[in-house]
Amino acid sequence: MAKPSSSQNTVSTVARKELMRSLIQVAGMLPVLIVICILFAFLTESFLTTNNLINVVRQASINIVLAAGMTFVILTGGIDLAVGSVLGMTAVLSLLFSLNPSLSWAAIPFALLSGALVGVMTGCIVHFFGLPPFIVTLGTYTALRGAAYLFAGGTTLINNDLSFAWIGNSYLGPMPWLVVIALAVILISAFILHRTVLGVHIYAVGGNPLAARLTGIPVATVLIFVYGVSGFLAGLGGVMTSSRLYSAQGRLGEGYELDAIAAVILGGTSFSGGVGTVFGTLIGALIVAVLNNGLTLMNVSFYWQLVIKGAVIILAVLLDKLRTRGQGA
Amino acid sequence: MSTSTKAGPSNRGDQPILTVRGVTKSFPGVRALKGVDLTIWPGEVHALVGENGAGKSTLMKILAGAQRQDGGEICLDGKPVHFHTPHQARAAGIGIIYQELTIAANLTVAGNVFLGSEKRRLGFLTDTAGMVRETQQVLDRLGARFKAAQRAAHLSIAEQQQVEIARALFYKSRILVMDEPTTALSDRETDRLFEVVKQLRSEGMAIIYISHRMAEIYSMADRLSVFRDGEYVGELTRPEFSSERVIEMMVGRKLEDLYPEKTHAAGDVVLRVQNMSDKELVKNASFEIRAGEVLGLSGLVGAGRTELARLIFGADEKVSGEVHLNGKLVDIKHPIDAVMNGIGYVPEDRKHAGVFLQMSCRDNIAMNIFQRSAKAGIIDFKNINERSKAQARALRLRAASLWVRAGGLSGGNQQKLLLARWLEINPKVLMLDEPTRGVDIGAKAEIYSVIQQLASKGMAVLFISSELPEIIGVCERVIVMREGVITGEVGGDTGIEVTQQNIMKFATGA
Repeated sequence: MAKPSSSQNTVSTVARKELMRSLIQVAGMLPVLIVICILFAFLTESFLTTNNLINVVRQASINIVLAAGMTFVILTGGIDLAVGSVLGMTAVLSLLFSLNPSLSWAAIPFALLSGALVGVMTGCIVHFFGLPPFIVTLGTYTALRGAAYLFAGGTTLINNDLSFAWIGNSYLGPMPWLVVIALAVILISAFILHRTVLGVHIYAVGGNPLAARLTGIPVATVLIFVYGVSGFLAGLGGVMTSSRLYSAQGRLGEGYELDAIAAVILGGTSFSGGVGTVFGTLIGALIVAVLNNGLTLMNVSFYWQLVIKGAVIILAVLLDKLRTRGQGA
Repeated sequence: MSTSTKAGPSNRGDQPILTVRGVTKSFPGVRALKGVDLTIWPGEVHALVGENGAGKSTLMKILAGAQRQDGGEICLDGKPVHFHTPHQARAAGIGIIYQELTIAANLTVAGNVFLGSEKRRLGFLTDTAGMVRETQQVLDRLGARFKAAQRAAHLSIAEQQQVEIARALFYKSRILVMDEPTTALSDRETDRLFEVVKQLRSEGMAIIYISHRMAEIYSMADRLSVFRDGEYVGELTRPEFSSERVIEMMVGRKLEDLYPEKTHAAGDVVLRVQNMSDKELVKNASFEIRAGEVLGLSGLVGAGRTELARLIFGADEKVSGEVHLNGKLVDIKHPIDAVMNGIGYVPEDRKHAGVFLQMSCRDNIAMNIFQRSAKAGIIDFKNINERSKAQARALRLRAASLWVRAGGLSGGNQQKLLLARWLEINPKVLMLDEPTRGVDIGAKAEIYSVIQQLASKGMAVLFISSELPEIIGVCERVIVMREGVITGEVGGDTGIEVTQQNIMKFATGA
């Protein structure tokens, strides 16, 4: 080469650009979250207090758990519409078990397992029969909502002496257990996605399913795992919900699947699969929660809150698109 | 500088239809065009050659209005033009046929031709009959064998290309850019395409022809321009064409012999395939490969070569057939079984079925060894990094770093990622399906030499290729397929010489 130094330079610039790109991807929507927080800190007095901030994360905790599971599914290019219904069903089941003294020990394990089982079945149908995940989970979304009402017998189940009430109402040091659980779920998910073989395989299947198959990646295992995780975490969300409320009814968790999807998308995960991080999802879920909290503190009506939330989702993703444009080439 | 002597065909006009002067274009981190020139005359086939990354595609995207230049001038009929959208470029008479065709399979042929500017009646009803009639006229002119009212879904690649050409004619294009138009065509289809190109040229259209296949360029082009590293190297007129000269201009140095020396394989039989059949095409295919042998698999497009390789690899369902590895029968029902047994497959469709474009080079190379080097499912990144780095160096991968996305690499370097992926698990058998398609000539030579090195270490290699010169250059023994059946074998102990004629005889049944 005639000018080795200059070509060396371009190489390192490209490498630096690439590093910046991955940093931007990891940081994702963090700037948006910070701006919204600063805004509310100025507009309201009570937003920036320790108590309120912990409260925000606690309100976000169940969505964080659902959205973490949703991240796994969307990374493979799929979708899980059933998480809200699974949450409702498992919340009712856990309360039913807790009301029966001889079975109350099994309330939590049974809720988690039945959630996971629903997910595993979804994964099997998606992989072995090749049905679109949207349709399969639209089916389970509807059927399990019915199941939740049936198990609850059409009423609200109440247990004032709930054995696992500590999950929803106690603290570990200064932190509510709900928050501890949500953060643990994020950390474990990140570990699976970034440190394990299964994690690499999830990104591979989402990025290029054909190539994944021809490379000898166990695509079936990957799909069954991601839907299983999503179901399991929805079950966990069910336990968290019922423990917080000391009660459960058939309509618990309605619409939660959309909040979870919003968090994942706000977190920068690509809807077509293969790109995204669970930390992004955490930030996405926090954006939704901060908006809810801040607007309520400002006494904005619930109806306007919905309008603003929807607009922010679109604007934030639009911003992200504009910011990363040209880096795709 | 090009001389003023008219070396092109007689119907060439006295004013260039398109002149490009000093066009520059930068992307973050890359200067794709560093001031290129190009002069196109009406009624000529002008070939654009250069290695991948030389800037041909970028210039074409600028001409198509898909991207904008940073500097320099583009003139149509001597008047400067600026295209802001693809629509403007098309309206100005520049038609482009991309390598990846843009046919909507669910529409009819006529619907595709008129896509985006449908004929209307009463302002809102589409005039289907009128569109079909007008499309049919153009199709007849092109000598197409399909109908305008037919659905595009059932057309072959060659026929889809004709639809695109029809579309270009419809927009009264005066310049037609064709980007690697023959990569997916059989020889017969290629000949057909060339007839159409010649006809368009005689009608005064200027054709910019981008290709890696030198033989096509020599037989078709009136002039050629060479690009290298985003710069314009120069142009040659037809009498000046010689492969030595063109390659020298392309790579900027003399290329050592393209093909490495062949070695005669005398090892034991590693892979024995018996009576392999699928439901549709492949019938009773049997062959064997010895250790250290590069066996060629030749045949026309559609002869069943890819299908046979996929059957062996377990990617498709077989109806009958056995695979023996080192004398032992192995049961392969899924690609996972093939990988476990030490059979590797580099697919033909690199982008869709091979490379993980959004993942890093490291992940692409290591995809098969994450599992093997992991403890309790947790990846040993230190080990993975060292191994991929060594493998990338051995294959002379040209990437800014191992952390860049594979999607940003050239075709040749993406192919090296796939080779590296399989080499990491050191398979007994490696099947390569069109490994040099869309790869520049420098990387081709490197891939050939890697293949030869693998064989010399005792690997059994199946080399599938549509390009006869390369299969003859690389393989000492070649089997030939026609319509799903292995019809013959040349080289090895057959006593039949490995030549184009002998292979074509089996491939066409003539």
